[in-house]
Amino acid sequence: MPEMTLIEAIRQGMDEELARDDCVFITGEDVGPRGGVFRATQGLFEKYGPKRIIDSPLAELSIVGVGIGAAVYGMRPICEIQFADFIFPAFNQILNEAARMFYRSGGEWAAPMVIRAPYGGGVGGGLYHSQSVEAFFAHIPGLKVVIPSNPKDAKGLLKSAVRDPNPVLFLEPKKGYRLIKGFVPEGEYTVPIGPAHVSREGADLTVFAYGIMHYYCLQAAALVAKEGISAEVVDLRTLLPVDKAAIVASVRKTGKAMIVHEDNLTGGYGGEVAAIIADEAFADLDAPVKRLCGPDVPGVPFSHPMQDWFMPNPEKIAKAMKELAAY
Amino acid sequence: MELSKETLLAMYYAMLRSRRLDERAWVLHRQGKIVFHISGMGHEAAQVGAAFALKPGKDWLVPYYRDLALMLCFGLTPREFMLSLFGKQSEASSGARQMPSHFGLRRANVVSTSAPVATQIPHAAGIGLGMKMRGDDAVVVTGIGEGSTSQGEWYEGLNWAAVHKLPMICIVQNNQYAISVPSHKQMAIPNVADRAAAFGMPGAVVDGNDVLAVYRVMMDAVTRARTGGGPTLIEAKTYRPVPHSSDDDDRSYRTREEVAEWKKRDPILLFKGYLESKGRLPPALNDDYETRVLAEVDDAQKFAEAAPYPAIESAFGPVYAAEAHHA
Repeated sequence: MPEMTLIEAIRQGMDEELARDDCVFITGEDVGPRGGVFRATQGLFEKYGPKRIIDSPLAELSIVGVGIGAAVYGMRPICEIQFADFIFPAFNQILNEAARMFYRSGGEWAAPMVIRAPYGGGVGGGLYHSQSVEAFFAHIPGLKVVIPSNPKDAKGLLKSAVRDPNPVLFLEPKKGYRLIKGFVPEGEYTVPIGPAHVSREGADLTVFAYGIMHYYCLQAAALVAKEGISAEVVDLRTLLPVDKAAIVASVRKTGKAMIVHEDNLTGGYGGEVAAIIADEAFADLDAPVKRLCGPDVPGVPFSHPMQDWFMPNPEKIAKAMKELAAY
Repeated sequence: MELSKETLLAMYYAMLRSRRLDERAWVLHRQGKIVFHISGMGHEAAQVGAAFALKPGKDWLVPYYRDLALMLCFGLTPREFMLSLFGKQSEASSGARQMPSHFGLRRANVVSTSAPVATQIPHAAGIGLGMKMRGDDAVVVTGIGEGSTSQGEWYEGLNWAAVHKLPMICIVQNNQYAISVPSHKQMAIPNVADRAAAFGMPGAVVDGNDVLAVYRVMMDAVTRARTGGGPTLIEAKTYRPVPHSSDDDDRSYRTREEVAEWKKRDPILLFKGYLESKGRLPPALNDDYETRVLAEVDDAQKFAEAAPYPAIESAFGPVYAAEAHHA
């Protein structure tokens, strides 16, 4: 099993899907000869040519809208939004068109497509290259929202997303692109969209996370383990449809729950997880559900001290874990 | 280029059928039998002229809500249209989930449409992109009103079509009002089609009340699209002789004299006069057509009135496609 970075795994996943099915194509800004601003599509233009690796005009709604048209026609587009911060011109296309296509046509039409977008802060990106956008999209029936936290899942989930008959928003933690490394199985495999994954077994509390925050939660769990706290870590992986059973099962086991995301607190995805726990595992709780999230300010500030203040990190998460364990 | 007598009469019948069906919808609304109607009245020449230049079953259509005549030419039946007016079970476009005239018809390559205007234009470009990728010599046609050309979606979609020389035709049916707003408040140019130059595609202005003129302009555009010559922007100048929808009252924004003046140039009246002048439409034949149309409309209404409503359970879903619908 080769070790690779998160972005290498994503690239390999796309490469394999392009090779497997000639209906698959990629479009987005700078995805062609440049290989994407993060190099996610590096080498694919040379391998598959300009007909399948298409530099789009600099207009995000059209990247998604044209993708929808191609999808209904029978193609399998992978649409890249350069930064999740820039996805909002395409919000209407995702919400009103892609996600509603199947239901609104009585099941006659579907928009099988992947919309990839790097998200998240901690990279010196300021307000407009750092956003976490998942909460807006995890509210949309008909859409699937996937966030991988490691190379193996990233590749396997991406391949599942390409083959899924529904639109899938695939959010990639950009800070983890080269930071997060891991072993990726050789040969063909997929990771199913839907199930969460218990990535660390524990007994005292459960922490739910996804993306780079999941990576930090594993580090935090190792830190608190030295102090005798056994934290279970659940990687949600798919935010929509959410794996309620996995959330409830873990809370029943540990009795204490915490959700970590860098998206700001109010209206964030953690509220949904907390509500699921309140609905279905209230009697199992030994402590209030805790949310460790980005602060309710309009974005991640640029300057490093302010950015560090904004971002959850392993130390902040470990501190919150200890407080929850002590409750 | 000379159309046979049979084709001319088929065009006339198509226009008549759309008109009588449309008129019946207004009556049903006034009777309180249906809750909503949005009309294609006055647009019949623009749509039938376009439809007869296409190959239903091969070519693709991404319509808008006034495209009743175009839909009927593509194979929507009067019964199916009536089911949509009444919101009855097995309605073809959406399973009665959508309001009437939010067209879609899978069997005829008519893609499901929504209500936010111009969202369908990037879809048409995406379909054209798919056709080009696959070497399909089909054409994709999309309809839209002049007001909707103010939307960014319209620009972004047409820009894609121009950049990639896609086999796409956009027919702007300029009926001079976007609900109440006249076109001079919508744009500072006399013709929408003048914008074609900015995209780098041919643009054509045509009398939208002259079915044969529209047909000729469409044939040029279809030939160009089918032979790799790229997209065309067609502006069919017409008039909406009725309010925007059954919920609108047009007396607040235009004079009765203006409407009366335009009714003299009613596209069906004009074409009828043309056919009569050529000896193609003797009064007995016209009476025969009217009788046939009336029977079709009556049958459709009876059918829809007798049809059951959808079971409440059909609102539940499915929300997600379970398997690939497409190759």
